[in-house]
Amino acid sequence: MLEVRDVTKIYNAGKITEHRLFEHFSLTVEQGQFVAIVGSNGSGKTSLLNIICGSIPIEGGDILVGGKSISRLKDYRRYATMGRVYQNPAAGTCPNLTMLENLSLADNKGKPFGLGHGVNRKRIDDYRAMLAELGLGLEDKLDVKMGALSGGQRQAVSLIMATMTPLQFLILDEHIAALDPKTADVIMRLTDQVVREKKLTAMMVTHNLRYAVEYGDRILMMDRGHIVLDRAGEEKKNTSIDDILTKFNHISIGIAD
Amino acid sequence: MQDLIVSTLIQGLIYALISFGVYFTYTILDFPDLSVDGSFPLGAAVTAVLLTRGMNPWLTLLVAMAIGALAGLVTGLIHVRLRIRDLLAGIITMTALFSINLQIAGSNLTIDRSTDTIFTSPAAMALFGKLSLLGRKLVISLILVIILKLLIDWFFKTKFGLLLCAVGDNSTLVTTLACDRGRVKIIGLVISNALVALSGCIVCHELRSFSATMGTGQVVFGLATVIIGISTFRWWSNTRAARRLRTVKGMRWLSDPKGTTAVIVGSIIYKLCIQLAMSLGMPANMMKLITAVLFLLVLVLSGRKGEEIIRA
Repeated sequence: MLEVRDVTKIYNAGKITEHRLFEHFSLTVEQGQFVAIVGSNGSGKTSLLNIICGSIPIEGGDILVGGKSISRLKDYRRYATMGRVYQNPAAGTCPNLTMLENLSLADNKGKPFGLGHGVNRKRIDDYRAMLAELGLGLEDKLDVKMGALSGGQRQAVSLIMATMTPLQFLILDEHIAALDPKTADVIMRLTDQVVREKKLTAMMVTHNLRYAVEYGDRILMMDRGHIVLDRAGEEKKNTSIDDILTKFNHISIGIAD
Repeated sequence: MQDLIVSTLIQGLIYALISFGVYFTYTILDFPDLSVDGSFPLGAAVTAVLLTRGMNPWLTLLVAMAIGALAGLVTGLIHVRLRIRDLLAGIITMTALFSINLQIAGSNLTIDRSTDTIFTSPAAMALFGKLSLLGRKLVISLILVIILKLLIDWFFKTKFGLLLCAVGDNSTLVTTLACDRGRVKIIGLVISNALVALSGCIVCHELRSFSATMGTGQVVFGLATVIIGISTFRWWSNTRAARRLRTVKGMRWLSDPKGTTAVIVGSIIYKLCIQLAMSLGMPANMMKLITAVLFLLVLVLSGRKGEEIIRA
């Protein structure tokens, strides 16, 4: 279980541009829940993910995992139990390393990076099988440098890399926003499959309301640092894209006045 | 004439260790490390003092590396823990080392003719005693450079080596792999400066002297050789001949050589250019100007124009 408790986040504190995004913001995410977060630009969706991952500091409050506070843990320590896929397909892989080297790095997460062989030849068949499942023809490109692949291919590999080792949380930061509709569909289906198979707790920020409704167990809509809609279970099942869109338009008008 | 070419080759080989160091920081870690100008003479200063005190010449190689590693550690800690920008962190270490080098060995220190260096040590005489001093220098520096090259190539194939590449390539990924990228950077700087100090150490063996100003311009040398080597090899691997070699089994390595090989070649080309300029009658006082012009030429021709250095 992930708990965001009473968090305050202030950008540019004390300056004329001071912006209080979150004041006493709280959110609880149950184990195994797939939470889709929607909202306009600047509503605090990505900030929320960054706060959970420790990428940005907070001015007050606490983050708890399974009842234990992780607010004092450095970002890289928090990733021991978290995986993250970014909006930018280039962010999840190393462009100058081959796909095999990238996968080997991800495969070693949680273990010491010592002076043993960087690439474990015994795992190649497993990697091939994982890639073949994508249906993108990547299984024959293990020796190709990551930078030579397309954005969609890179994002697919990023997703595999982020979920290769045992983990609890998967953070998806608009991970399909930069992809064409068809590739986005492939990646989204793959995401869903991984989350269900590995019983992960996932938080996905997206601008695509259809995906949010279709794949999320729970939908959150955020506006200026507040949760303005939160539906899970039966209530979520009865929610249509139109309902979400109506609410979305409502808050957009709210900004205008 | 022949002696001149051989001694230029020796220079190219010994100084190639600086290129190895800069390859680690500039190419792999994407960290323009200026501490090189200080850690190179540091290696020489330590060696000069230890040799005059009668230490085993081979042992000075290890001591110089250890002291150089310490210099890299300082730059790394300043950058990572105190959050000082990479260029400034290097400048601080470089500046501090100038005084430290003066403290260690004074402004000049000449090693007595009777003192053994690695090139005149009993081990060297036993193995290569039949060669002239120049021949011994060539063979021994060649062996040392090849050993280090193979070690570095092996290192980049290890788990930690891959992680080091990842830090320079995409440090965000390293964080999501639950690794402390700062620590990895520090270790990279430690290795780099150990190599640079080792270069200073061997130069001191070769010259039988130390001077406090011998570090000036070594960063530029390192950067230039890395860029010369890598762009030459990039050009080569795109030629038709190289593409044809790729299809021949057992010849693939020739068509797409490693970065470490590239920088050795870069270092030798560079030293040959400088030697050529001197042979054509350029006064020694003009050397730094020639270096600067040569570096500018390399940047323009390789199409990089130093944007990576400025970006930092």
